[in-house]
Amino acid sequence: MRLGSGTFAACCVAIEVLGIAVFLRGFFPAPVRSSARAEHGAEPPAPEPSAGASSNWTTLPPSLFSKVVIVLIDALRDDFVFGSKGVKFMPYTTYLVEKGASHSFVAEAKPPTVTMPRIKALMTGSLPGFVDVIRNLNSPALLEDSVIRQAKAAGKRIIFYGDETWVKLFPKHFVEYDGTTSFFVSDYTEVDNNVTRHLDKVLKRGDWDILILHYLGLDHIGHISGPNSPLIGHKLSEMDSVLMKIHNSLQSKERETPLPNLLVLCGDHGMSETGSHGASSTEEVNTPLILISSAFERKPGDIRHPKHVQQTDVAATLAIALGLPIPKDSVGSLLFPVVEGRPMREQLRFLHLNTVQLSKLLQENVPSYEKDPGFEQFKMSERLHGNWIRLYLEEKHSEVLFNLGSKVLRQYLDALKTLSLSLSAQVAQYDIYSMMVGTVVVLEVLTLLLLSIPQALHRKAELEVPLSSPGFSLLFYLVILVLSAVHVIVCTSAESSCYFCGLSWLAAGGVMVLASALLCVIVSVLTNVLVGGNTPRKNPVHLGSRWSELDLLILLGTVGHVLSLGASSFVEEEHQTWYFLVNTLCLALSQETYRNYFLGDDGEPPCGLHVEQGLDGATATWQDGPGYDVLERDKGHRSPSTSKVLRGREKWMVLASPWLILACCRLLRSLNQTGVQWAHRPDLGHWLTSSDHKAELSVLAALSLLVVFVLVQRGCSPVSKAALALGLLGVYCYRAAIGSVRFPWRPDSKDISKGIIEARFVYVFVLGILFTGTKDLLKSQVIAADFKLKTVGLWEIYSGLVLLAALLFRPHNLPVLAFSLLIQTLMTKFIWKPLRHDAAEITVMHYWFGQAFFYFQGNSNNIATVDISAGFVGLDTYVEIPAVLLTAFGTYAGPVLWASHLVHFLSSETHSGSALSHACFCYALICSIPVSTYIILVTSLRYHLFIWSVFSPKLLYEGMHLLITAAVCVFFTAMDQTRLTQS
Amino acid sequence: MKDTDIKRLLYTHLLCIFSIILSVFIPSLFLENFSILETHLTWLCICSGFVTAVNLVLYLVVKPNTSSKRSSLSHKGTRFLKCCIYFLTSCFSFHVIFILYGAPLIELALETFLFALILSAFTTVPCLCLLGPNLKAWLRVFSRNGVTSIWENSLQITTISSFVGAWLGALPIPLDWERPWQVWPISCTLGATFGYVAGLVISPLWIYWNRKQLTYKNN
Repeated sequence: MRLGSGTFAACCVAIEVLGIAVFLRGFFPAPVRSSARAEHGAEPPAPEPSAGASSNWTTLPPSLFSKVVIVLIDALRDDFVFGSKGVKFMPYTTYLVEKGASHSFVAEAKPPTVTMPRIKALMTGSLPGFVDVIRNLNSPALLEDSVIRQAKAAGKRIIFYGDETWVKLFPKHFVEYDGTTSFFVSDYTEVDNNVTRHLDKVLKRGDWDILILHYLGLDHIGHISGPNSPLIGHKLSEMDSVLMKIHNSLQSKERETPLPNLLVLCGDHGMSETGSHGASSTEEVNTPLILISSAFERKPGDIRHPKHVQQTDVAATLAIALGLPIPKDSVGSLLFPVVEGRPMREQLRFLHLNTVQLSKLLQENVPSYEKDPGFEQFKMSERLHGNWIRLYLEEKHSEVLFNLGSKVLRQYLDALKTLSLSLSAQVAQYDIYSMMVGTVVVLEVLTLLLLSIPQALHRKAELEVPLSSPGFSLLFYLVILVLSAVHVIVCTSAESSCYFCGLSWLAAGGVMVLASALLCVIVSVLTNVLVGGNTPRKNPVHLGSRWSELDLLILLGTVGHVLSLGASSFVEEEHQTWYFLVNTLCLALSQETYRNYFLGDDGEPPCGLHVEQGLDGATATWQDGPGYDVLERDKGHRSPSTSKVLRGREKWMVLASPWLILACCRLLRSLNQTGVQWAHRPDLGHWLTSSDHKAELSVLAALSLLVVFVLVQRGCSPVSKAALALGLLGVYCYRAAIGSVRFPWRPDSKDISKGIIEARFVYVFVLGILFTGTKDLLKSQVIAADFKLKTVGLWEIYSGLVLLAALLFRPHNLPVLAFSLLIQTLMTKFIWKPLRHDAAEITVMHYWFGQAFFYFQGNSNNIATVDISAGFVGLDTYVEIPAVLLTAFGTYAGPVLWASHLVHFLSSETHSGSALSHACFCYALICSIPVSTYIILVTSLRYHLFIWSVFSPKLLYEGMHLLITAAVCVFFTAMDQTRLTQS
Repeated sequence: MKDTDIKRLLYTHLLCIFSIILSVFIPSLFLENFSILETHLTWLCICSGFVTAVNLVLYLVVKPNTSSKRSSLSHKGTRFLKCCIYFLTSCFSFHVIFILYGAPLIELALETFLFALILSAFTTVPCLCLLGPNLKAWLRVFSRNGVTSIWENSLQITTISSFVGAWLGALPIPLDWERPWQVWPISCTLGATFGYVAGLVISPLWIYWNRKQLTYKNN
């Protein structure tokens, strides 16, 4: 089947989007979540079960402890307390563990063993997935139910000192707090003194219920010098003395209160042998958990090997201990030794509450929950419990009661364990199988794209896709068979849940057929390339010699950018990569212009370095064979005409324009500082948005809108010209109405509205311009000869998008839009036209500039920089679909505008018919290379320390970018189709 | 004849490398606390001074281009003045290019300028010595197939490798290794230096390997 290369590329990107979607679904497992949101308030606690007789206990059991102190030491590994280091450096803690009234456990943390998710796990009892970060876009505060939230709702007074992550997670939850930053890893004394200095004062006061201390020093030492450094010992002794101080103070206080106090010592994650954390090695996962209270009775047991429990159990235990409802999303089970000292009825009540909560969660997240063994056990123990209560209320013989009670207890504990396990299996791991399926599809598409470069960039821009071959080849059916077998084996043996297995057979089968068909196509294309000797691949030696510096730069830049995605710092600072590349591109262009204008034709050097292998012969064969008019062009017919045509002022403009573009880029770069390392630097954007500089901002915004108008109107029809002018005026009015800029005649207007009317006024013009553009395009398709009408239509669509971007951009970003148009004009007039670059080069340049402008807008690879205010422009309330669309357009305005400019430029300037399909193919290729490489990188780095903070957001950005690329490619192809129908 | 030329080229290049090595070790004899990273600016000045001096001396001794026809004193004077102006212009234009690449505009201006100075010493000074203040000739040398002698060929290689070195030197700046040499402009100056040295080493070798294929019309 013959396909145009544009259509082919669009299909490839569409399939790639599918692959990425499957990959993302596997990479970000859906969290186990209770459907009842935390905001809805507390539902009444489950009443005590009773068979027949009505129980009189329906309220929550009261608090078991009066005060709770949680000492969280970052990166406290289990052997720091229970091992030889603990004996040596933490004598008091060791004494408490061995002889005191305490319970010690080894709490297992789930990867990623990084502080923030671990705090969430400790306090909510859930296993946080990355999707949570997306869900509460832009606000780091924890929205789920947590112990802290419940405690605050119950009127408990919480005090917090330590890592400021807590303050960000639980804003307004603490009556008193002091956050320390974990930014300076090299500081490990000050950071802890800042916590300890409050201790004396707070312990003396009695006006709190929960005190949380988070010490960062140990983690910092680990990062600097590893777990075997002598500094660790000092730090452990310091922590030991802190613990002793708190314990003594709590004990002395206990005489005044009726209830005992509880002291919890825990770590959030461990420390690997090199001192870092994030992955899932035993050292990183195992943390100590010690509960100390005078209420506990010590049982003789093996102290050296404490019981292994889950870190998520802490939340449920704390909730029970404080008499609070268990957080709704908690998958943990109560640490039973804590309530062992209570009467039997209370013990059963606690366990019942916990199992009810877990089984509710199971019902909401697992469709076939009734078959779950944990659920069956729960039903059975609830029945037994009811019987026990009836006996209890009838006050039967106490020994019978006790025996039956302990049987119920065991039943409950078993049920808890099974429930907790089956719930955490839902989210614990990456869904590797789905990730693999997605990766395979994406890689197959990429290989296909790479293999078809020579054919697709051929002058005819058509390529033979052997679609029929899969239908007949044995290979196809064999591969399908193998894949189905693998699918069955994987899905039947999988322990954890798997998205791809959960799909219906039809969908999964469809994906498998697609994968194997792609494989067959690749194989047949490959054989064509290898066997078919007629393809001009005979002398690849000359390939390199015919590449200009610009091509080399483009190739190296693409490769370098793709490789840089493997380093977390380069991902954080990706904008620097693009600025660097764009600058270098401009310098290369300027070198090219200079060479063209001062030396004339560089094809005939005055006295040449003569390479002995005959270049002329090679050129001849090139021209004989089907010429590569894109990758390898004839330089000869590019230069000579240019030096003659342009004279005088224009020549100087050509020479100066790369420098003008460079200056524009430098200005834009100082407008928004993004990234991580230099994000705190002062920038023009902050200066402009501060309220003192409103006048400057107004002038700048007005000027930018004027520039936008001047640059855009030249290609429009009169009607859309007027619409554009009114629309841009409307943009200014909108910004004035919401109070970010002001009118000169109304300097201090106090009335600030949401600007709904103004924004909708602009929307009308945007839609109008887009409609006119589409109408022109359709008309040009009907009246075949009207080539000019199509150009105008494309330009109108482009200007409609510009107007929409002007509305959505924050006012200090309007210069970005103006400069983007300016650079496009300069490039079109003075660089691309005179230098006659081919479609592929122009496409890559557009792509690079689009990427650079994505960051010039102030975006970064961090989710927090997405400007969600764009989604509320002209909307009264949050309406999901328009808000998402507007936000996506506002974020990706740079790349989209450059892409639409590319379509207009190519269809208006070049007369080579295949330019658009070449451009579409190149655009698809250059976008899919980074995505495909990145998913492989992310898969191999999935236990990296920064996987959640750096790599995952970037993955989402890449996925979104691919989606946008797919839309752009479809647009390209549609334009290309109109060309085909015309000819 | 050609082999002797290549030998001469090699010796001059070795002298240049030697001057850079000297600039690292000699100042520590006179200055206290001298080290490349900590007193980087001093080293930049000294190194560019050394390289410039060696280049000038070599130019006067070796005289690679023999085509100086008129040699009146006034002509020489204007030529020298022109060279100085060209050198300063190149320093300032490098400075501007660094700022366009994202160097801070006001802070660290001295550092940026000294980086421009050392890069000029590596690139502009040899060009001025060899080609004189003649922009046409410069453009010819730095375009494809424009060189006319092994001297120009090696000039092309060393200049391009210095630029590439400086360019590559900027890459590690965003990495979070927290090394003292990751600060602007140290990694770039070191990159430029390494690039220059590499160019000095590579160019005679490359010319030697390719001596059969290289035919210059002037020779």
